Amino acid sequence: MPANILLVDDEHGFVDTMAKRLENRGLTVTTTYSAQEGLDILEKDHSIDVVVMDVKMPGMDGTEALKVVKTSYPLVEVVMLTGHATVESAIEGMKSGAFDYLMKPCDLNDLLTKVDEAYEKKQAQETKILEARARHIVLRRGD
Amino acid sequence: MSDTHYYHGLAKSMMFTIILVSFAPLLCIVLIAGYQYSVAYEEKVEAHLRELVLKHDQSIDSYLEEKVAEIQVLAEIIELGKLHDPASLQDLHDALVRGHGSDFVDLGMVNSDGIQVAYAGPYKLQGVDYSEAEWFKAARTRKVHVSDVGLGLRGVPHFTIALRLDEDGEEWVLRTTLDFIAFNKLVEDIRIGETGLAYIINRHAEFQTTPRRDMTDEVPFLRVMARSMTDRSEMVRGRAAMSLETNPATGRETIFVTSPIKGGDWIMVYQQDVADAFSDLNRSRNLAIVVLLLGGISIALMAYLMSKRMARKVARADQAKDIMNEQVIEAGKLASVGELAAGIAHEINNPVAIMVEEAGWIQDLLEEGLGEDDNEREVQRALNQIRTQGSRCKEITHKLLSFARKIDPTVISVCLNELVLEIVQLSEQRAKYANVVIETSLGDSIPPVEASPSEMQQVLLNLVNNAIDAMDPGGGNLDIMTRVEDAFVVVSIADTGCGIPQANLSRIFDPFFTTKPVGKGTGLGLSIIYGIINKMDGSIAVDSAVDQGTKFIIRLPISDGEDGSACDYATNEQGTP
Repeated sequence: MPANILLVDDEHGFVDTMAKRLENRGLTVTTTYSAQEGLDILEKDHSIDVVVMDVKMPGMDGTEALKVVKTSYPLVEVVMLTGHATVESAIEGMKSGAFDYLMKPCDLNDLLTKVDEAYEKKQAQETKILEARARHIVLRRGD
Repeated sequence: MSDTHYYHGLAKSMMFTIILVSFAPLLCIVLIAGYQYSVAYEEKVEAHLRELVLKHDQSIDSYLEEKVAEIQVLAEIIELGKLHDPASLQDLHDALVRGHGSDFVDLGMVNSDGIQVAYAGPYKLQGVDYSEAEWFKAARTRKVHVSDVGLGLRGVPHFTIALRLDEDGEEWVLRTTLDFIAFNKLVEDIRIGETGLAYIINRHAEFQTTPRRDMTDEVPFLRVMARSMTDRSEMVRGRAAMSLETNPATGRETIFVTSPIKGGDWIMVYQQDVADAFSDLNRSRNLAIVVLLLGGISIALMAYLMSKRMARKVARADQAKDIMNEQVIEAGKLASVGELAAGIAHEINNPVAIMVEEAGWIQDLLEEGLGEDDNEREVQRALNQIRTQGSRCKEITHKLLSFARKIDPTVISVCLNELVLEIVQLSEQRAKYANVVIETSLGDSIPPVEASPSEMQQVLLNLVNNAIDAMDPGGGNLDIMTRVEDAFVVVSIADTGCGIPQANLSRIFDPFFTTKPVGKGTGLGLSIIYGIINKMDGSIAVDSAVDQGTKFIIRLPISDGEDGSACDYATNEQGTP
């Protein structure tokens, strides 16, 4: 099952074209043009696995939104896109729990690889949680 | 121009300070020490002269007294009868010559009629009549008389000691002549310096000794002096009295030391020119003046050279400072351009990213085949998008180029509105990401100001950057306003940011003052702005309240001789690259 992606960037052209290309490759893509909207979508749609988000955006910026995502939805992985050519913001993003970062403009294959890795990580973690839950239930039954 | 004038004045004031500071103590020391020295020296000289005169008048008095006493002794121990006899008188004289050398020139016995009845000596004076002689008359009344010096009958200077003897009611006078040369020597030996001179006069100012030089010119003056000594009591002019008077004969100031001798009959006078007496003092005074003069000259010279050199050094330091200032401005310019470039890079990255994506999309579509669905239309759309984004890039690069082209410090007529718009365009993207809304209210027909466009750009860009920084996370409004007030163009840049605490307000224009963390700001921005505005004879003021916002107000003088049309022209030109 392919990953469910949320694409967040203020550049409409970028988001739209990127979404088309990703969908062409079999991914489910939801698009939005601001961080706040992205958070709203995450709240409603729990099927989203990976968020690809720009760092610099008017209003709430990517770094801030990332923190909210990581506290509210710890299992959702975030790949940051930085057009600001500063490694500092990327490092800060990584510290706040981003899965990885990519420099804009990025190669689509790089992005796909990252998204796949992020999706696998998320699935691995979900599996672990399920196992833990199952073990917990088994142990409780063994009492 | 005014610079050389300034350094000239600086050198001058330094020179005068150096001269004053170094010359004043020198002068003080020379004056004080010179005064003390001259007083001490004068006292010493006076004391010495008095001592000299005192000693000599005593020795002369005692010489005369001794001679008189010897004659008295003779008269007392030798029978009067023997003295009448020329032969025994001759014996007596011989004995005196043996004992006293040639002091006693001769001996004579004069009877009451003044006839010299007996005589022993080198001259033939037997039977001479002395009845009219001054000394003879005096001896009749005073018993012992020492006469003034005179030539007498023999034509040689001498003086006489006459002693009255009484025998059986008859009066005799024993007289002896004293060698003038021996006596003269007593006085003549006193000689000090060039003009120091001692002599003895009587009350009528007749010389009793032979002065070393011709003094006939001074006789009237001496007569007045001698009379003044007899007129007043001797208390007025005691022994070794000193007076300073102008000698009429020589016309020079002369020291006179006078002392009465021989019971006041004679006056011993020592005279010396003041200049001569104090010649040592004068010499040292001259030396002091020479030293002072040389010292003064060398001080003045040194002060002149030193102040010249100092002024040159200050000028060089100022020059270095100016160069440094320019470099700092240049560095500040680079910093603000760097900050700008970071924003621009982001701005360019976005269209580039879109273009890359669109190109990738076209590639995807081509792989599918243009015939599929409406793929051809989609490719057309993508190409249009690429064109749109490409022209967006072009716009950005043109903005940057127009900014970079104007890095030139030459001062020309600048239209501020145009500059403000340019800066606003450049900062728009940065403001957007900081959630800052820039609003401009630019006055109509703002006259041009004299400025370097690149420096003015730097000022505005710096202030706008600062304002955006102040509002960064929360966002806010940035109002840029231009208007004309009196002879000034006023630009105000107001933000609604964090504000500047009161404590920092007085320091914001200091170089290197910054509240940003290390590595984030140089602290030079506002100090450079201050320097640039100052250079343009403008002023910059700040009005700030914490959490309310900050307002910078720049006032620039309107350039004269230009009208507003220059602005319109520049604005029109802006469109072309």
